Amino acid sequence: METFLQQTLNGLVSGSIYALVALGYTMVYGILGLINFAHGELVMIGALVALQTVTLLNAAVPGLHPVILLLAGVAVAVPVCMAVGYLIERIGYRRLRNAPRLAPLITAIGVSFLLQTLAMIIWGREFHVFPQLVSTTPMQPMDGVVVSPLQIFTIVVAFALMGGLMLLVNKSRLGRAMRATAENHRVAGLMGINANGVIAATFIIGSGLAALAGVLFASNYAIAHYAMGFTPGLKAFTAAVLGGIGNLPGAMVGGLVLGLVESFGAGYIEHLTFGFLNSSYQDIFAFMILGAVLIFRPSGLLGERVADRA
Amino acid sequence: MKQNKLIFALAAATLAAGAVQAKEVVVRIGHAGPLTGPAAAFGKDGENGARLAIEDANAKGIKIGGDTVKFELVSEDDQADPRTATTVAQRLTDSGVKGVVGHVTSGASIPASRIYEQAGIPVITPSSTSPKLTQQGYKMTFRVIANDLQQGNALGKYAVDQLKAKKIAVIDDRTAYGQGLADAFANSVKTSGGQIAGREFTNDKATDFMAILTKIKAMNPDAVFYGGMDAQAAPLARQMKQLGMTAKLLTGDGGCTGEMIKMAGDALSATTFCTQAGIPLDKMPGGAAFRTQFKQRFGNDIHVYAPYAYDAMMSVIEAMKTANSVEPAKYQPALRSLAYQGVTGPVAFDDKGDIKGGSITVYNFDAGKWAPLQTIQ
Repeated sequence: METFLQQTLNGLVSGSIYALVALGYTMVYGILGLINFAHGELVMIGALVALQTVTLLNAAVPGLHPVILLLAGVAVAVPVCMAVGYLIERIGYRRLRNAPRLAPLITAIGVSFLLQTLAMIIWGREFHVFPQLVSTTPMQPMDGVVVSPLQIFTIVVAFALMGGLMLLVNKSRLGRAMRATAENHRVAGLMGINANGVIAATFIIGSGLAALAGVLFASNYAIAHYAMGFTPGLKAFTAAVLGGIGNLPGAMVGGLVLGLVESFGAGYIEHLTFGFLNSSYQDIFAFMILGAVLIFRPSGLLGERVADRA
Repeated sequence: MKQNKLIFALAAATLAAGAVQAKEVVVRIGHAGPLTGPAAAFGKDGENGARLAIEDANAKGIKIGGDTVKFELVSEDDQADPRTATTVAQRLTDSGVKGVVGHVTSGASIPASRIYEQAGIPVITPSSTSPKLTQQGYKMTFRVIANDLQQGNALGKYAVDQLKAKKIAVIDDRTAYGQGLADAFANSVKTSGGQIAGREFTNDKATDFMAILTKIKAMNPDAVFYGGMDAQAAPLARQMKQLGMTAKLLTGDGGCTGEMIKMAGDALSATTFCTQAGIPLDKMPGGAAFRTQFKQRFGNDIHVYAPYAYDAMMSVIEAMKTANSVEPAKYQPALRSLAYQGVTGPVAFDDKGDIKGGSITVYNFDAGKWAPLQTIQ
């Protein structure tokens, strides 16, 4: 039972990070029908920019409170990622808006390589230590289950951001414009909505979320590296498909489900298959679930709700 | 035009004069390792070790087959990359080297060894520890350092006998290196009377080990062994601490690095152990003298494997002396039966080309660095 609770907690932590990244994929897909494969790299850029800021600030003004350092890191990383996200859209994708679907997809893969290589040139190939600005000292709320303040922080921040995004999309003027553009950006344009502006805003918001996810990811594993965006990017894409790509609540559910499935997969796969499979199949297990979901619900858990996608 | 002709004539004359003056034979020996990229420090270290051996040999004015031999080092950069390694190996064999010291990483050594085998040129690695390298049945492949099987064996026995660990969980990253090391470790634990509590797996790109660690924690083992590199071992150590696990953490040489200390930070403690093939410099028979000489020549300290590269190069030269020939086909049998007292200890090869009685050192994390605990033969 303790192990079960612990695995649930593990799954929630990684799942909420996947969910944050998945939102970026799904928002862009919802509006443009484009899988933005460069999105994972924004997670990496967010983490490395935050790390750079924290390091510089710590060197300039030693002895600052960790929370101030963390906020400063985020305050720089988020705008930088937003700017990068905007530039990707402006330079890379906007000209291809009416091109065949494959063209922006291949461009996205190219942008991903470009960003990774740039990061490698700037920050080198070595692994960097991301400082633990939120405590990781384990606490025991009940016997056999441990949770660290950092894990609670990760889950709370992720859920708060997801809630905020839902409010933005469903209640604000910009959100309404986004939903309208998602339905049909030409018609939305005729209704006086600046479609290009809305699409840029989507990229900017998604990139900001990716930056925050990057900081959470790097804090949790205390590591930052130029290639660190690939795996969470791939997992988040999987989560977005699992939940129903283009569907915002779907991305959140997909992320959390994927995190939990991975955690339970690694923890229980041996028991479930009577020792036939072991934890080397944990990733395969996650993709088996994805396959099963897509066979019975081809458009994901919550469905690719086209009319409401944004 | 006239001037050009004059320069040509002069150059030709100089070359001819040079050829006549030098009565010595020039023998080129290759060194291959990463000189760029993340593992560049290891490659440069090996190159320097090999260079030092060549300079020492040249200073002695060694005579082979009646001629004074002048050795020359041909250094190539394999970037620790399997594909580049084969290109480099081909280039070395084409350039007529009589032997090669290298490559540095197992991933480069294994594909390159086939090319040297076909060309019939002996290759001695100073630092590739994968057991697979010498299991290919090649006649030209040698190694002057203990391999991972020996490393896993030594640590498994040490864990049960010295650390008194009865129940041990084993994790590996499913790479050739990690899996080989973990298998050897697990077998050794079992034969020493210990118990393998669980066998878990991850991959060499993972950062999250919470799920498998939670599972392992429930088994309550005395120690956790990780077969893989420091990039995973460090977050693994942190997550063990985060889960409040008190089991000892054991790793092989992949986790026995300065990077591991930097990345794992306060998650390392006196209950973290690791092994490295070979022995610490100050325990080597010729260690102190080598350190001084190396520092004097290159102005920096030895990274890790320079003494092994030195011994590898000296083994080639010794074998040439014994066989009284610089031709690979002639001196290869002498290499097989070599008995040479090197900087790192006695060098002799078994029938696979592995060093006989290679040593393994167990390290313990102490006051911010790896402190050698015990050397096992």
